[in-house]
Amino acid sequence: MRFAPHTDDDVREMLARCGLDSLDQLFDQIPPSVRLDRPLDMPDGVSEMEILDDMRRLSALDRSADDLVCFAGSGAYDHYVPSVVWALAGRSEFYTSYTPYQPELSQGVLQALFEYQSMICELTGLEVSNASLYDGATALGEAVNLARSAPGRDRVLVSSAVDPRYVETLRTYGRGAGYEPEVFPAEDGRGGRPEVGPDVAGLVVQHPNRFGILEPARELFGAAHAGGARAIQVFDPLSLGVLAPPGELRADIAVAEGQVLGNHLSFGGPYLGIIATRLDDVRRLPGRIVGETVDVDGKVGYVLTLQAREQHIRRERATSNICTNQTLMAIAATVYLSWLGPEGLAELGRQCAAKANYAASRLTEIPGVDLLFPGERFFKEFALRLPGPAEEVRDALIQRGFLAGVPLPDADGRGLLVAVTERRTKAQIDALAGAMRAVLA
Amino acid sequence: MTGAPVRTQGPPTGQGTIKDLSHPGRRAYSHPALDVPAAELPDELVRRDPPGLPEVAERDIVSHYTRLAQMNYGVDAGVYPLGSCSMKYNPKIAEAVAALPGFQRAHPHQPDHTVQGALELLWRLERALCEITGMARATLQPPAGACGELTGLLIMRAHHVKQGSPRMRVAIPDSSHGTNPASVRLAGYEALHIPSDSRGLVDVSALEKLADEDVAGLMLTNPNTLGLFEEEIEKITSVVHGVGGLVYYDGANLNAILGRCRPGDMGFDIVHINTHKTFATPHGGGGPGAGPVGVTEDLVPYLPVPSVERDEMTGAFHLSANRPHSIGRMHGFHGNFGVLVRAYAYVFVHGGEGLRAVGERAVLNANYLAELVRGTFPMAYPGRPMHEFVATAKALKEETGIRAMDVAKRVIDLGYHPSTVYFPLVVEEAMMVEPTETETRETLDGLAVAMLQAAGEARTDPDLLHRAPVTTPVRRLDEARAARHLKLRW
Repeated sequence: MRFAPHTDDDVREMLARCGLDSLDQLFDQIPPSVRLDRPLDMPDGVSEMEILDDMRRLSALDRSADDLVCFAGSGAYDHYVPSVVWALAGRSEFYTSYTPYQPELSQGVLQALFEYQSMICELTGLEVSNASLYDGATALGEAVNLARSAPGRDRVLVSSAVDPRYVETLRTYGRGAGYEPEVFPAEDGRGGRPEVGPDVAGLVVQHPNRFGILEPARELFGAAHAGGARAIQVFDPLSLGVLAPPGELRADIAVAEGQVLGNHLSFGGPYLGIIATRLDDVRRLPGRIVGETVDVDGKVGYVLTLQAREQHIRRERATSNICTNQTLMAIAATVYLSWLGPEGLAELGRQCAAKANYAASRLTEIPGVDLLFPGERFFKEFALRLPGPAEEVRDALIQRGFLAGVPLPDADGRGLLVAVTERRTKAQIDALAGAMRAVLA
Repeated sequence: MTGAPVRTQGPPTGQGTIKDLSHPGRRAYSHPALDVPAAELPDELVRRDPPGLPEVAERDIVSHYTRLAQMNYGVDAGVYPLGSCSMKYNPKIAEAVAALPGFQRAHPHQPDHTVQGALELLWRLERALCEITGMARATLQPPAGACGELTGLLIMRAHHVKQGSPRMRVAIPDSSHGTNPASVRLAGYEALHIPSDSRGLVDVSALEKLADEDVAGLMLTNPNTLGLFEEEIEKITSVVHGVGGLVYYDGANLNAILGRCRPGDMGFDIVHINTHKTFATPHGGGGPGAGPVGVTEDLVPYLPVPSVERDEMTGAFHLSANRPHSIGRMHGFHGNFGVLVRAYAYVFVHGGEGLRAVGERAVLNANYLAELVRGTFPMAYPGRPMHEFVATAKALKEETGIRAMDVAKRVIDLGYHPSTVYFPLVVEEAMMVEPTETETRETLDGLAVAMLQAAGEARTDPDLLHRAPVTTPVRRLDEARAARHLKLRW
């Protein structure tokens, strides 16, 4: 199957117009010694029906949150995606467009991104947002690069309660940028005593953290500021209807995984990297930024702005190399946040917290099952200490129709992180408790 | 008389941002009733002031974003000839398969035995991409081409560190895409600029003079950013290899050579692919993309983890972190999986022969269109273009004062999305045109007529071009004002 429309006559006549009589002549400038003298070693092309069958077969080999009751989180969550989100973000004027290089033909994407930036500022209590980065983990890499632009400040301190995937990604970024993230220990699942010296660029805290626990964020960020470093918060966008926003906690840079804002689980991507900061840092922000302006008639319109930060203008002196971002996911997030509104966001947060607390109380009724960090307050997920290996318990619960959580490397392999979104019902939570009790019996 | 290819419909109310439609008490959300006891959160961490999100009905949301969609041009509407962007038609089957529940609803922390389909898809796609590029193994983790560049450069760095020193500089041609030098710096290197010769190709003698043992490698697109094939590619790669450097293939222009020649056979050591270019995954108004990176056998130990592996005994797939020399993780999970699903559909629908035909038609379309316009917009360099061409409006500007940007804006009023302008930076009044293989001859004829009409009007009615576009929802926008009076949120 081909999507090229050329008939044999088209090919012949178009070649003739170019003064050629074979397609091969178009490639004459390729030296014979590097030409591929055989067909690509791949299956033959197939019809649309056949590729659909092939991919339906592959899809059917997967379990998913469609057929398992999903209590897995740890960076990707089964929140409800309302129909309106992809009915709009999935319009082909959005999804089949390119980066808005011709603004007169791209006002839709540009305005949607302006609204996205506005909503991220409203959520975080910070002053500026860009138009998206790849995902939460790479957004943290960019935040650290921004913080390290401060002269004489090269070191990066990261709480051990930050998601290890984020720390691994930072470590990769650090290989090029010339730093090694230094992990300071949280105490009983949160807090810790980072020593913020005059050479520290940034202090990274995840709140709620990788165990779901609420951090003493004000104290930690205060310690960062006392040492002259930037406070960097990894946050959960859907916590911000009920939890104080990063700006109020005095974070200087806030980054997040935006998958929860109307994007599908999709085995880990495409997700949405969120970054927001203070206005002072706007010229150090990575990536696209949309600004409002007027046209020659004085009519309001939108353009990509502050492009002198970006790779296509500034080249090796750019603030980042990012070009393609996650615009479509940002548009989905914009529609989703419009759907929620302030009250829907708060209600969603209250439901997550209530259901997570209920689930924790039901699951810890099971003999041998305890909270990994008893007494700590959490938002929508919590860590259990199981009486046996968490991977075995998880696998046994898959047999019973539950994706019970994500095994943690902590607690000798007996830790299980359980996430409870607004989608989970009391009946599902009770059923998980029953099934876990049976599996552990 | 035609007009811009975007139009809004609907009543004139409802302009402004979604926030302007907000009315206290209106709502769109619906959550189930809470069926468990409420939980208290600690007082000192509770939000006091609700965020200023819009309060609107679902109907408001649909009207508003439908209106915005109408103000936006997508390749579904027609030709999108942005050079270096390969904006080809995005097949609908790819959208259908990406929505299959085993892909769209799979959680990234599911254990391997519950995602055998997803892992098999990634494994098969990796093999196909390696065959297409002539590489040994690949990572599908980088979520976009620029991230692929950083991945490749960190692999280059890891290789040199293993040899004793990371080295200092990475060479890039002066016509390269801006991400190349930006990625070079992020990887801890300095950019070493290589001039182009009078043919628009790498100046090999300059490269020979500049290449020394401080040079970690060279980044190159081929066909290059001017749409020309680097005919001395074997010489170039051997010069770099001669000083112990590695050669990096920027896959931005891979579409041109699909099935005809492979980066691995030209001597490249590291390759990235932009799936939204070569394999037609939708670009979403700026993203998502995916930037898989392939490497030669020697560099496999440095690829990111986790990788997808297949147990030869059982045929089962698993994610493996067993690469002690890996550069590490380039993405929080497994990359832009949903994009890779679409790329898989595209690659296997075509098969090897189909992909070769894609490249042939892309080059044919570019050459044909170049032929139609070159009398007015001469090619910047003499060689035969491949999948795209760089023409120049320099002569037109000297004669009439009309610039490439004015032509582009007039082309909008004549019903077409214009080409890239002012890139690459090394060409004055550049017009970089890439029609792609999916456009019909009639479309190319129409686009050429529009471009030539605009040039004709530059002589007879230049004001028409200075004022253009006049048929769009907004006219030319004041970019200087946007940067001077920053308004980045409502």
